[in-house]
Amino acid sequence: MTSKNKWLSAPYTLWSVVFIIIPLCMIFYYGLTDKTGAFTLENIMAIATAEHAKALRLSILLSLISTLLCFLLAYPLAMILANMKVSQHSFIILIFILPMWMNFLLRTLAWQTLLEKNGVINNILTFLHLPNINIINTPYAIILGMVYNFLPFMVLPLYNALSKIDKNVINAARDLGADNVHTFFRIILPLSVPGIISGISMVFVPALTTFVISSLLGGSKILLIGNVIDQEFTQASNWHLGSGLSIVLMLFIILNMIASAVFDKDGEGSML
Amino acid sequence: MKNTAKKIYIALIFLFLYAPIATLMVLSFNASKTRAKWGGFTFKWYTRLIQNDDILKALGNTLLIALLSSVIATVIGTVACIAMNHMKKRTRTVMMGITNIPMLNADIVTGISLMLLFISFGFRFGFGTILLSHITFNIPYVILSVMPRMKQLNPSIYEAALDLGASPVSAFRRVVFPDLLPGILSGFLMAFTMSLDDFIITHFTKGAGVDTLSTKIYTEVRKGIKPEMYALSTIIFLAVLVLLLVNAAPNKQDARADKKQAARF
Repeated sequence: MTSKNKWLSAPYTLWSVVFIIIPLCMIFYYGLTDKTGAFTLENIMAIATAEHAKALRLSILLSLISTLLCFLLAYPLAMILANMKVSQHSFIILIFILPMWMNFLLRTLAWQTLLEKNGVINNILTFLHLPNINIINTPYAIILGMVYNFLPFMVLPLYNALSKIDKNVINAARDLGADNVHTFFRIILPLSVPGIISGISMVFVPALTTFVISSLLGGSKILLIGNVIDQEFTQASNWHLGSGLSIVLMLFIILNMIASAVFDKDGEGSML
Repeated sequence: MKNTAKKIYIALIFLFLYAPIATLMVLSFNASKTRAKWGGFTFKWYTRLIQNDDILKALGNTLLIALLSSVIATVIGTVACIAMNHMKKRTRTVMMGITNIPMLNADIVTGISLMLLFISFGFRFGFGTILLSHITFNIPYVILSVMPRMKQLNPSIYEAALDLGASPVSAFRRVVFPDLLPGILSGFLMAFTMSLDDFIITHFTKGAGVDTLSTKIYTEVRKGIKPEMYALSTIIFLAVLVLLLVNAAPNKQDARADKKQAARF
């Protein structure tokens, strides 16, 4: 059995070493060397320069706000969905995955049409005699784009975690005299922590590192850390600097991974 | 009252999620070339789409990469799950940890890490490098959907099949595989969808001259998106929607059959 097993695990082991482990090592190699191949910390320290630090600060701020908004929007929704008797588990997942079949860039661009000065939303607001909104090409539009794109990644883990809560536990709390507020804060919320942690990391990481949403909805003036790295790779061809900045980003990602490993040991809050 | 509030809330979220999709569908019938104004109803973008070789070629690449990468990822991922199921707990934890890296890592980091790999080892950037990258980020989706099914499996059934004289291969094919199939299918579907919707990783691993729909749209953003793109994405979206609706009917029957079976045990 074991010899056959080794043979079976070989393709994936080989694949993950070549296409996951070695590429990550390459980032560290490039990030920690200069063009001559000598060791340097310069590429990592480059994050402290005014321009890069500003981009990183803005990325952190916008991604924190969008993660919080996603959480506040998704939690009630996940609770409603988890309590629905239909319990067509796969159907609910499907509704949130379905939009992905329309290209993500086009969907984000569609927000331009909706948000423009004479766009759809402003026309409706004018019709209703409400003040217009002008958020296109501002950080607010980027936040909206982030919430729009990543909301499903918050809803699905929360929905999974919440629908796994044993209804008897909630009923027991009620029988023992807990009111709605107590039941929520002392039973439902603590039991959904794996879903919350997984949802937060599923939203925070892509929001922190995006360069597409900011270039589509933020005009060309707002640079996030993702835009800076993208430019280093695709325009400046300075792979060393780009890798150095990516190492800084990876620190946040690793923190995130540790948090999910600690709080979600059994993968209860998984998306699928 | 409370139920109405709930329904309104769900409706608002769905409006938020599907409004851009509706917008794109409307734009695909817009006679005016700019997104900003409505120039009357037309089908011309749909007829022009058929003549637009660039877009059709990008569509071909996108579908071929999605299909190949998800099939290959499904095979590698499923085999890996079978292997991991028999591993020692520690080895399995390490393997699952590695599997989680592309899931939890940022797409931009995965993209540039693969780009650096391909540069350093002298790969020629093009269709092949995109395909390798897509297989890489698709495998975790397969493993994460098959693994839970694997854990639910009763190992005695496989052993019983062996005791009754089945060869390991036919025991796997006729006993284990049917139980894994729903997980394998949903992993495949997930992988296909992710590959189809990917932009960031393709952006870093594609070469000049090869485009998928995503990278083509990205280069068109500055010049203005061709309305044929809206027509194409409307067709794709509606096709998927119809497929899903058609599939939903037999699924319900499956669920009922499952329940009956569960009741018998």
